[in-house]
Amino acid sequence: MLKDTQQSYGWLTISLHWLTTFTVLSMFALGLWMVELDYYNPWYKDAPHYHKSIGLLLAAVLILRLMWKLKQVKPAGIGKPWEQRTATVVHAFLYLGLFSLFLSGYLISTADGRGIDIFSWFTLPSLGQWFANQEDLAGDIHEWLGYALIALVAVHAGAALKHHFINKDATLKRIVKPLTPIKDPK
Amino acid sequence: MKKTLLAASLLSTLAFNSVAADYVIDTKGAHASINFKIQHLGYSWLTGRFNDFNGKFSYDAATPTTSKVNVTINTGSFDSNHADRDKHIKGEDFLHASKYPEAKFVSTKVEDLGTGKLKIIGDFTLHGVTNSIVIEASKIGEGQDPWKGYRVGFAGTTRIALADYGITYNLGPASTYVELELQVEGIKQ
Repeated sequence: MLKDTQQSYGWLTISLHWLTTFTVLSMFALGLWMVELDYYNPWYKDAPHYHKSIGLLLAAVLILRLMWKLKQVKPAGIGKPWEQRTATVVHAFLYLGLFSLFLSGYLISTADGRGIDIFSWFTLPSLGQWFANQEDLAGDIHEWLGYALIALVAVHAGAALKHHFINKDATLKRIVKPLTPIKDPK
Repeated sequence: MKKTLLAASLLSTLAFNSVAADYVIDTKGAHASINFKIQHLGYSWLTGRFNDFNGKFSYDAATPTTSKVNVTINTGSFDSNHADRDKHIKGEDFLHASKYPEAKFVSTKVEDLGTGKLKIIGDFTLHGVTNSIVIEASKIGEGQDPWKGYRVGFAGTTRIALADYGITYNLGPASTYVELELQVEGIKQ
């Protein structure tokens, strides 16, 4: 039940998937909101602090998730071959987008040599300035990637819903709850 | 060496037929800086500078009122030693460096206040808005440098209201204006 099977994802994969979903959507909303805050807003300092802390902790979670994923059996693909291929590409870009977001976000705040405080737990050190106008360039990329990722999430979720409601297959069900082999997923 | 020294001293003493010399601001050797300070919440001064700018001026000690100054600042080079803040200041809320990459000062008139003090009046363009400002300047010194060149240096201050340049982001009542402090050394061409 914890591990993935040929038919379904297991509890750990499922938990990590929805933890990522919830965090990504929250960070997107928080990010959009915090950049509009005026200077005297009580959240002016805390909102970016939480955005950075949670975002970078998600990076750690995602690394663990990938390590776990590599050790699991891959549940068999559902749908037409082109759908399966597309799904694989979208999944790859979701991971790539997330890691690019972590990196670009990290590069904004560490451009001046200061590390990033992860809550008041520890400080992720800076690796210094990598290129000129780093905070501006990394900032633009971070913003652009944020929108692109959410667009990709919409495609990903839309495809899952299409499989659930139109094809009526197990695509969505098996990432909500582990399906037992006895029960035919179709 | 002696001859050039003599020529230089002759030139500077012969006020009546002197022509203002042209100087290039020594940004290459970084003997010039454009610094600013703005109050933080009314509790302290926050300082920083523009790292990238260039300019030239003409000046003659005998006829300072004929002086001219021209400085161009790369607004994207704003540096307050804090990446997140610099990103914010260079962004749309303040300098909007992507849209207004340059700030500019062009002198229109120079008044001699005596004892090396000058009033430099000119047009300052920032954030796409041009206003006339007055820089209170004073000469620090002038003469030969040890490497066969000739230099003159000034310090100047001015104060600008952010709202005058269409920058209206609310930083609080104590932070509506910026003090600019300019250190300029020119090398004679």
